[in-house]
Amino acid sequence: MLLYLTRRIASSLFALLVISVIVFLLSHLSGSPVDALLPDDATQEQVDSFIREWGLDKPLWQQYLTFLGNALQGDFGTSLKWPGEDAMGFVLDRMPATLKLGGLAILISVVIALPLGIAAAVYKGSPIDSLAQVFALLGQSMPNFWLGIILIWVFSVWLGWLPTSGTGTFAHSILPAIAIAWFQVSALARLTRSSMLEVLDAEYIKLARVKGVSETQVIWKHALRNAAVVPLTYFGILAASILTGSVVIETVFSWPGMGWVAIEAIRGRDFPVVQAVIIAYAVIYMLSNLVVDLLYVVVDPRIRHG
Amino acid sequence: MTQSQDAPLLEVKDLRVEISTKAGSFFPVNGHSFSVRSGETLGIVGESGSGKSMTAMSLVRLLPKHAARITQGSIKLNGRELLSLSEAEMRKVRGSEIAMILQDPQTSLNPAFTAGQQISEALRLHSPGPRSTLRARAIDALRKVKVAAPEHRVDNYPSELSGGMRQRVVGAIAISCEPKIIIADEPTTSLDVTVQAQYLRLLSELQQETGMGIIFITHDFGIVANLCHKIVVMYFGRIVESGTVERIFARPAHPYTEALIGAVPKLRGHKGRLRTIEGQPPIPTEPLSGCPFAPRCEKADNRCFNELPPTVDADGDGEHLASCWRVLEQ
Repeated sequence: MLLYLTRRIASSLFALLVISVIVFLLSHLSGSPVDALLPDDATQEQVDSFIREWGLDKPLWQQYLTFLGNALQGDFGTSLKWPGEDAMGFVLDRMPATLKLGGLAILISVVIALPLGIAAAVYKGSPIDSLAQVFALLGQSMPNFWLGIILIWVFSVWLGWLPTSGTGTFAHSILPAIAIAWFQVSALARLTRSSMLEVLDAEYIKLARVKGVSETQVIWKHALRNAAVVPLTYFGILAASILTGSVVIETVFSWPGMGWVAIEAIRGRDFPVVQAVIIAYAVIYMLSNLVVDLLYVVVDPRIRHG
Repeated sequence: MTQSQDAPLLEVKDLRVEISTKAGSFFPVNGHSFSVRSGETLGIVGESGSGKSMTAMSLVRLLPKHAARITQGSIKLNGRELLSLSEAEMRKVRGSEIAMILQDPQTSLNPAFTAGQQISEALRLHSPGPRSTLRARAIDALRKVKVAAPEHRVDNYPSELSGGMRQRVVGAIAISCEPKIIIADEPTTSLDVTVQAQYLRLLSELQQETGMGIIFITHDFGIVANLCHKIVVMYFGRIVESGTVERIFARPAHPYTEALIGAVPKLRGHKGRLRTIEGQPPIPTEPLSGCPFAPRCEKADNRCFNELPPTVDADGDGEHLASCWRVLEQ
C-alpha cells in the first residue's frame, strides 16, 4: 500500500514538471510580452532594459531553469497588468473564492447525484428512473453558461429571489454553484446508476438477501460499497473540473475567483499571472486525484492488500 | 412445537410460481409437492432451465421482483405457513431457519468485506452479541467447515482465498446460525472433482451432527446417488418423478429419469457410448398440450402428445410417484 501511494505521488510530481515545461513554453509562443506591455512608440532603450529586467535575452533553457527555480519558491514574478502585485500571491488571494464556490458545487453534485443514481438503479424502469434520465439528459445537453444565464433570468430577474451576480453573502453563491453542479450531477448519477445495476445483479447481493439482510442494508452496505469505485473515479475528475472549470461561470456571475483572474490575465497577456494560475490549477487537479486514490484504498480492500 | 419426530420439517404443497414476460406468462414451478424431514437430504434434479433454482428461491421467497410471483400452494416449515408471513418476519426465517448455499463460490462472497465480517453479519442479525463473541463464533463456524487456521482466515478478504476455501466460507455462513434446512443450489459445479467430493462429505458430516434437512439442487445424478435419500426429478417446471433414491435408481418409472440415469458414466459393466437425450425442452411461453417430454421421448404415443399425464403411484405404496401414461399401462 505504501508502494501504491509512493507511486501515485511520484507520478503526480512528474506530471507537474511536464506541465511546468508546457506552461513556460506556451507563454512564450503566444507572442512577446514586449509588444503587449510597452507602448508602440517605446524607444529601443526602453525595450532593451525591459528585456534585461525579465531575462528575455538569455537562451530558452536558461530562462526555463530560472523560471523553475523561482516557481519552486512560489515566485512567478510580478504582475504586468496589476503593477506591484506578486503573481502567485495575487492568484492565491482569489483561491478561497473559487474553493468556496467549487466546494458548494461538489457538495450539491454528490448529495443529489448519489441518491438519484441509486434510486434509479433500485427502481429501474419506474417513474423515478425516467425522471432521473430526463434530469441527466437536461444537465448534459445544456451548456453551463447558458444555464447560468437562464438561472439569473428566472431566479434573479423574474422572481427576484437571489442576487444576479457578485459575491458577499451565501445567497450569491447559490446560482453559480447550481449552474456548475448540474452537468456533474447528470454524469455522476448516470455512472452511479449503471454501476449499481451491475452490482445489484451479483451473486453476493443474492447471498446477503438469503442471509436475511434487510433491503436497505443490501443497497447501502453491500451494493454501494462495491458500486462506489466507478463513481469515485469520476469524482476525482468531477472535483478537479469543477474547481478548474469555473472560468466560464465566474465570468457569467462576475465571481472574483481564480477563473476570473485567468481570463483577465490572458486578455492582458500578463504571463506571470497566467503561469501562476495554470500551475495552481494543476496542483489542485493533482491533489484532488490523490485524495481519490486514497479513498480507493478505503473502499476497495483489493487495493489495500494488492 | 408439538410436532412428532416423524412429521416433515418442510412441507411444500402444490406450489406454483408464475413468470410474466412480454411474450406471455408461464410456470417455472408448476404444482410442486415434496417434503423434507429432519436429517434427510432431498435431491432436486433436472437440466438447466427446468425450474430448479426457481424452486429454491421460492422457498425463501426471494424470486425476482415484479417478474415472478408465487400464485398458489403452501410452504410449511415446522407447521408454520411461510407464504403468509410478512416480509420482516420472512427476513428472520432467512439465514436462521432456512439457509442457502449458492452456485458460484467465486462471486457469492462480497469482495469488500472479510470472511469474518460476512459470517458475523448473519450471526448479528439472528442472534446478536458483543463484537468479540461474534468473532469467536465466526472462527468457530470456519472451524466446523474445516478451514485450516480459521483465526487467520477470518480476517481474509475473498480475493485472498482459493475457490474451495471460498465455498467453505459460504458454507460457514449457511451453518453459522444453525438452520433447520439448508438449500444447496449446485454448490459444487464450479469446483474441481476432489474439492467437490470433500465438500459433499463435509455437508453430510454436518448433517449428521446437527440433524438439519438438506435440499440439494443439481443436474448430476451421480452426486444424487451418493448423497441423497429422496429425489425429485424436474422437467419443464414440473415434477415428473419423485421417490427414494433406491427405488428410482432400481426402477425409474419416467422415461426422462431413465434417460438421465443412462447419461451417467459407470465404472463397471456395460461399455460403449453414453446415452444422450436428443432435442430441446419446449419453449415455455408457447401453448402445450400433452406431456412436455413427449417430443423427446422414445416411447411416446398419440395420447402423450395430446393429454397431460396424471401423477400416479408407481409402486402402489405412495413412496414413488411419476407422471407418465406408460406407468398407468403397466
